[in-house]
Amino acid sequence: MGQINNKLAANAIVWLLLLTAPFWMHWVGGYTELGSRVLVMALAAMALNFLLGFTGVLSFGHAAYFGLGAYGAAMTIKYLVPSTPLAILVGVLVGTAAAAIIGTLIVKLRGVYFAMVTIAFGQVFYFITFRWNTVTGGDDGLTNWTRVPIDLGFTKLDILHNPELFYYFILFFFALSVALMTILLRSPFGRTLLAIRENERRARFLGIPVERHIWLSFTISCFFVSIAGALYALLNNFVDPRALYWGLSGNFVIMAVLGGMRSFWGPLVGAVIFVVLQDYVSSMTQNWESFIGLLFVLIVLFFPRGVLGIVRRKVAS
Amino acid sequence: MTQLILFNVFNGLIIGAFYALMALGLSLILNLSGVINFAHGGFLAIGGYLAYVLIPFVGFWGALLIAPFLTAFIGLVVERVLIRRLYGRDQLYSLLLTFGLAYIFEDGTRFIWGAQSVPYQVPDWLMQPLSVEYFFLTGYRVFMVILVGVAVAGLFLILNRTRLGMRIRAGTLDLETVSVLGVNVRILRTLNFGLGIYLAGLAGVLAAGMLGLSPTIGNSLIMPSFVAIIVGGLGSLPGTLLGGLLIGVASGLTTMFFPSASEAVIYIMMGIVLLVRPRGLLGEEGRF
Repeated sequence: MGQINNKLAANAIVWLLLLTAPFWMHWVGGYTELGSRVLVMALAAMALNFLLGFTGVLSFGHAAYFGLGAYGAAMTIKYLVPSTPLAILVGVLVGTAAAAIIGTLIVKLRGVYFAMVTIAFGQVFYFITFRWNTVTGGDDGLTNWTRVPIDLGFTKLDILHNPELFYYFILFFFALSVALMTILLRSPFGRTLLAIRENERRARFLGIPVERHIWLSFTISCFFVSIAGALYALLNNFVDPRALYWGLSGNFVIMAVLGGMRSFWGPLVGAVIFVVLQDYVSSMTQNWESFIGLLFVLIVLFFPRGVLGIVRRKVAS
Repeated sequence: MTQLILFNVFNGLIIGAFYALMALGLSLILNLSGVINFAHGGFLAIGGYLAYVLIPFVGFWGALLIAPFLTAFIGLVVERVLIRRLYGRDQLYSLLLTFGLAYIFEDGTRFIWGAQSVPYQVPDWLMQPLSVEYFFLTGYRVFMVILVGVAVAGLFLILNRTRLGMRIRAGTLDLETVSVLGVNVRILRTLNFGLGIYLAGLAGVLAAGMLGLSPTIGNSLIMPSFVAIIVGGLGSLPGTLLGGLLIGVASGLTTMFFPSASEAVIYIMMGIVLLVRPRGLLGEEGRF
C-alpha cells in the first residue's frame, strides 16, 4: 500500500513541477526555452528507454529518427503548408516509416551487434541530409522558416512569439506521449516486452513471437522519438544534420542511464541534469566535449544504476 | 576512361585498406572482449599526432616504427585502468565508456594541436609519381598498400603461428575453457587490446600522410570500419579484411559516377548484405 502511495506522490510531484515550470524557472537561473529543451530531450530519452529499459534492446541510432522527424516537420512548413500540426504529423510519419523499414532488417540481431547496426544505419540519413543541399540546406541546415501560430477558430494560439505558450504546447505532446507509453507498458503487450527483456529464450519457448515484438517496440520507440524531433525543429525554428548525428544518439542513451533506465521517470531526471549541465558548461568553456566525455566515463564507473536506481535502493533498504 | 576507373579503384583500395586496418583492430577487441571500441578512431588520431610530434626528431621512418607502439601502450593503460572494470557487466556500459573516451580524445587533440589540419611531412621521394601515364601511382600510395599488406600478413601470422595468437583465437570461441586450462585471461585480454590499438596507431601514421591530420580524422573512419565488420561478417577476421576492401572500392567507384552518394553507398551495401545474408559475407551462422 505504501509503495502505491509513494508512486502516486512521485507522479503528482513530477506533473506539478512540469506544469508550473515557467513560473519558477527564472528563480533558479533558468529560462523558458531551456525548460522546453529539457522536455523535448526528456521525451526523446524516454522514447529510447521504451526500447532500452523496457525491452532490453540497445539502439545507438535513435538520433536518425529524431532528425527525420525534425526534417519532416521543417520541410513541411518550408515547402508544403505553413501549418504546425501538419508539420508534426508529417515529421512523425517520416520518422516512424523509416524506422519500420530499417527495423525489418535488424530485428534478428542482438546485443552489441544490434547497437552497431543501428548506429551505422543512422549514418545513411545523416549523409542524405548532409549532401542533398538543394533541398535540405546541407551542412548549413534548413533556415528561413518558423513555426506557425495555430488558429483554433475561436482563439488563436501564438506559439511563435509567446515562449510560455509554446512550452505548454510541448508539454501537451509530452503528456500525450507519456500517457500512451504508460498504457502500452501496462498492457499485456508491455508485459510481454518485459518478459523478453528478462529472459528472451523462455519467452520464445512460451510461443511469443519475439522478433515481431522487438520490431514493434523499435517502431513504437522511434514513433515517440520522431515526435520529440519534430518538436525540436519547431523549438529552434531551425534544423541541421547534427540532429541526426550519432553523437546525439549517445546523448539519449546517457540521459536514460544517468537518470536510471529501469525507472519510468529516469530518463526525465537524466535529461534535466544533462541539458542543464550542457547549457551551463558550454557557456563557461570551449571544451564542452571533453566534459561530456568525462561525464560518460564517470557515470559508467560510479553511477551505473542512475539517480533513480540509487534512490530506489535507498528507499528499499 | 580506363585510367580514371583504375584511379578510382586504386584510391578506393587505399581507403579500404585503412578501413580494414581499423576494422581488424576493432574486430579483435570485439571478438575476445565483447567491447565495441568507439574510441578506436581516437586512438588512430593519437597515432597520427604522435608521429607528427616524433618526425622532427626521428624522421618519418623512425616515427612509423615508434608511434604505433606508443599508441598501443596508451591503449594498454586505458584497458587496465578503465575498460577492464567493465568486463562481465552489461555491454551497454563498455559502449558508453568508449563513447565518452572518443569525445575526450577528439576534443583533447583539438585542444593541444588545434582544429586545423597540421602539415605532415612524408619523405619527398615517396611523393613522386612512379609513372607519367598513371599519375596517381605515387610511391607513397604503393608503399602504403604494401605496408598494410605486410601488417595484415603479420597479424594473421601472429594469430595462426604463435602461442599468443592461438590463445586469442581459442578465447574468442570459449574464453571460460581457455581460462580453466590455465591461461591468464586478464593478461590475454590486455595484450589483445594492445594489438588492436597498435593497428589503429599504424593506420593513423599512414592515413595522416594521405588524408591530412586533423582531430576528426579518426571519427570519420570509424563508421565505415563498423560497416566493414558487418559486411564481412562479425567474428571473422578474413571477412573484416574483405569487407573493408570491398566498401573502399565501392565508395571509390561511386565517387566517379555519383559523387554525392559516395558516403551513403557503403551503408546501402550494408543494408543489402543484412537483407540477403544477415551474418555477413564470411560470418559464421548463429554466433550473433
